Amino acid sequence: MTSRAAPIPGSPRNRQIPWGGLTHPVDGRFGAFGGQYVPETLMSALHELEDMWHEAKADPQFQLELAGHRRAFIGRPTPLYAATRLSEHFGGTHIHLKREDLCHTGAHKLNNAVGQALLAVRMGKKRIIAETGAGQHGVATATVCARFGLDCTVYMGSEDMRRQSMNVRRMKLLGVEVVEVSSGSKTLKDAITEAIRDWVTNVRTTHYIIGSVVGPHPYPEMVRDLQRVIGDEAREQYMSLDGKLPDVVVACVGGGSNAIGVFTAFLDDRDVSLVGVEAAGRGIRSGEHAASLVGGRPGVLHGSYSYVLQDGDGQILPTHSISAGLDYPGVGPEHAFLRDIERVEYVAVGDEDALAAFKLCTRLEGIMPALEPAHAIHHAGVIAKELGPGGRILVCLSGRGDKDMDSVETPTKSEASPRLRGDPQKDAH
Amino acid sequence: MLTKVGRLEDALRAKNDLKLVPYIMAGHPTAKKSIEVGKRLAASGVAAIEIGIPHSDPLADGPVVQHAGQVALENGMTVSGALQVAAAVASEGVPVVLMTYINPVLSHDPRRFAAEAAQAGVAGVIVPDLPIEEAEPVAAWFRAASLDTVFMVAPTTPPDRISAIASHSSGFVYCVTLTGITGARKEMPEGMGDLLHQVRERTQLPVAAGFGISKPEHMKLLRGAADAAVVGSAIVDDIDHGGDALALVKELLKACR
Repeated sequence: MTSRAAPIPGSPRNRQIPWGGLTHPVDGRFGAFGGQYVPETLMSALHELEDMWHEAKADPQFQLELAGHRRAFIGRPTPLYAATRLSEHFGGTHIHLKREDLCHTGAHKLNNAVGQALLAVRMGKKRIIAETGAGQHGVATATVCARFGLDCTVYMGSEDMRRQSMNVRRMKLLGVEVVEVSSGSKTLKDAITEAIRDWVTNVRTTHYIIGSVVGPHPYPEMVRDLQRVIGDEAREQYMSLDGKLPDVVVACVGGGSNAIGVFTAFLDDRDVSLVGVEAAGRGIRSGEHAASLVGGRPGVLHGSYSYVLQDGDGQILPTHSISAGLDYPGVGPEHAFLRDIERVEYVAVGDEDALAAFKLCTRLEGIMPALEPAHAIHHAGVIAKELGPGGRILVCLSGRGDKDMDSVETPTKSEASPRLRGDPQKDAH
Repeated sequence: MLTKVGRLEDALRAKNDLKLVPYIMAGHPTAKKSIEVGKRLAASGVAAIEIGIPHSDPLADGPVVQHAGQVALENGMTVSGALQVAAAVASEGVPVVLMTYINPVLSHDPRRFAAEAAQAGVAGVIVPDLPIEEAEPVAAWFRAASLDTVFMVAPTTPPDRISAIASHSSGFVYCVTLTGITGARKEMPEGMGDLLHQVRERTQLPVAAGFGISKPEHMKLLRGAADAAVVGSAIVDDIDHGGDALALVKELLKACR
């Protein structure tokens, strides 16, 4: 491919990681990335969680129960959908959408929430806390807490509560206490910080359902294990379609759970390119973006060592994306590892291109994607033009777009009207 | 003369009293003011001073310390600036312990941070989001610069882990007395005495109690149970309201004896 985003000036791609390294003796590291940078108060709970997860994962009864909920509650397997009109629009490359938007509650988030709720029940913990950005993880967690009879508190930034008000109403109907977080940037980062503070205080009775492949070990591994069903299904669906795998798999990356979920099954297929799409917001150069892997450098945020958007003094920077689910200054440590070993390519797509892709997919396919995967759809169009007819692209359509109606109709603080763009790499340079 | 390695340990060991360690945030509300307050507290009879380096995302801190950190950052405090505050306070002769989250240290370069902290006359470093599993090689670089490495024990720490934490520590062992974040509480938590006893059984180092401690009554409860008490949020709150915390510190000191 020729269009991969060129390294940002001053990009740390080849910078030596200042410490740690591949030989770190502790489990739960992806190369140098990951670890457990949390207050001592949480260490016993993380050790317990790790043990319980490995035990549950190996328990056929647990797996049977999980499989049952996936079928009857989440609605899996989700379809692999041939987006023929989108394919035609992008020049004839075959584009398939993995329809995670058809999961119960409207996004891939429920895959993780169901698994962790089963685990909480197994651990005897009756209280659940969660953070949410776009509200999809909050709704998923509220849903499983209703289903399994667990108390639930969700932390959400006040800025996100404003732009995702429908999901706030859904959570409240599901019987959840939504705690408004108005510190810092009032978005996902601050909601996670508050949730961790709650967990430090109530760790003996409470399980924290983190919504992405971020946080201290074992979360990145556990959430990946629960989300990899996306890619496992898609791979099987391609095989039964015509026995051929896609050339490229594309997914959006905020914390990165749907991307890890779809990539994992293809990691060993060396002929399959994997592309993660971060949010370039108003452009990488503007500083108003949320592209940790494209525009950040290694550091510690929320308990793990990964790529982080930070200033020269190690303070976490405010981020911007039109999509609340991508508006986060960190990223899962496994993505940091996959970036550094160059197994996955990471690019960034801006607000306007995402909005245009949202509208395009809605009009051409009758499928309204969430603004998060709209970033991936836009980039699939870029790749499609290079591959030409006969190419095959899989896009993880991680969620549906009803929640984004307000943002799409009145894009906040954005002067420009959304339109299809000819130069999709504009924002990455 | 005591070497720097033994200085903190010596200063915090209770004789017939309880030692007091006040916490202030570097740069709160300004660099100048935090130096003034730090120097005044240093001359008041406290055993050591803990100086916080502000961080945008302080996971272990409650609202008071978090707010102080935000004010300090807004007023331009940096890691280098905090080391200057520490140097000014340390020049009064009282041992200074830095409390910082790990990311500012990594960003500054841990080896450079260790060298500059030692140069500033700092005695030891506490990093609340650096459990013993993640400590190396950063802790080794601190030790190489003759800085004490203070690790924390929590109420959720199992007994065998207490021993491991104590063996990683030098200067003193920091016992977090409650399951939670920093911030003044009315009552001392149940089981605090047992926890302190368990820690003291497993280490020769002085044991300092921290989190939630704010009142003279708390000092009385801690006498005999701990070597030292760290008081943070109550002092930071006083400074936040324009005070210098001296009256509170004197009252606390009286209750220590």
